Amino acid sequence: MQTSTDYGYNSKIEGDVVVTRVDAAINWCRKQSLWPMPMGLACCAIELMAAGASKFDISRFGSEVMRFSPRQSDVMIVAGTVTYKMALAVRRIYDQMPEPKWVIAMGACASTGGMYRSYAVLQGVDSIIPVDVYVAGCPPRPEALLDALIKLQNKVQQEPVLAA
Amino acid sequence: MASFELAQQLQARFADVLTGPVEFRGEATIKLADAARISEVCAFAKDSLSYDLLLDITSIDNYGEDPRWTVVYELYGTGHGCHLRLKTHVSEERSELPTVTCVWRGADWHEREIYDMMGIRFVGHSDLRRILMWDGYPYFPLRKDFPLAGKPTDLPDVAFTKPAPLEGGPFVTAAGGKDSIAREPRVRTPEQ
Repeated sequence: MQTSTDYGYNSKIEGDVVVTRVDAAINWCRKQSLWPMPMGLACCAIELMAAGASKFDISRFGSEVMRFSPRQSDVMIVAGTVTYKMALAVRRIYDQMPEPKWVIAMGACASTGGMYRSYAVLQGVDSIIPVDVYVAGCPPRPEALLDALIKLQNKVQQEPVLAA
Repeated sequence: MASFELAQQLQARFADVLTGPVEFRGEATIKLADAARISEVCAFAKDSLSYDLLLDITSIDNYGEDPRWTVVYELYGTGHGCHLRLKTHVSEERSELPTVTCVWRGADWHEREIYDMMGIRFVGHSDLRRILMWDGYPYFPLRKDFPLAGKPTDLPDVAFTKPAPLEGGPFVTAAGGKDSIAREPRVRTPEQ
């Protein structure tokens, strides 16, 4: 007598076959290893480091490989205040990242300029590069960054790969 | 007080241009009437009075007054442990005074910062470029007549700027208010 319900793949019933869509399979691979480009520009970068360290451990979500080369990275985490002097450098690094690529704006400064209503600070990094996820906080807790990463993974999972 | 005595010695040496020293809470301040002689005064302070360390150079924009600029030198002697503050005024028409990099090499970046933010030039400085903003930025952003939000600029392939939105702001302080409510940062339109 059956006492529990089997969810998911059952090899006794379905055999050695998995049926899925190519889009879903490719996105599943992509979203589990989003390698970050750590664009650490201010104090948010300290929280980004904490998210990478053992207590919060971003490697649980496949993003532990911080690539300081844009050519090997998938997601740029803009962590900190983007000054006008730095703005075109950020844009240039983004341009050097291979497709597909995503951007997390971490913290108030990267999202909107934060408390710096000033001649020197770009009022939100989304005016030079497209942002996928904004993280509130000054600086955000590492959990907030992990939450943003999971939100980005959900977004990646739903993107059409072949239809585009 | 040793720092006061050292300041008196300096004043006695250049009695024609130096006034003071004024003492306030143990700190001695001397005013220099002729900014063109600042390097000469500083050289004496370093060589004969052992003020071997230049802590800082700052500048003040007395907007609406003449002379417009005040340049402040903070001196310190690591041997005797005494401080000295030297102040001198520069008019807006001149906007320049001699460098003290020939006295203290550490003055290099201080003077570059003042040039960058206020637009006061230091004659004889070997490398008077901008230090915080980029070469080619057309304004001096810490001047009082420069808007808090900034001004639009565009230097292709180098940098651009746009005015920052100041909804409900700018949150500015007002000097000379009667009480703290009038003085502390609050929403004020620039005309007020």
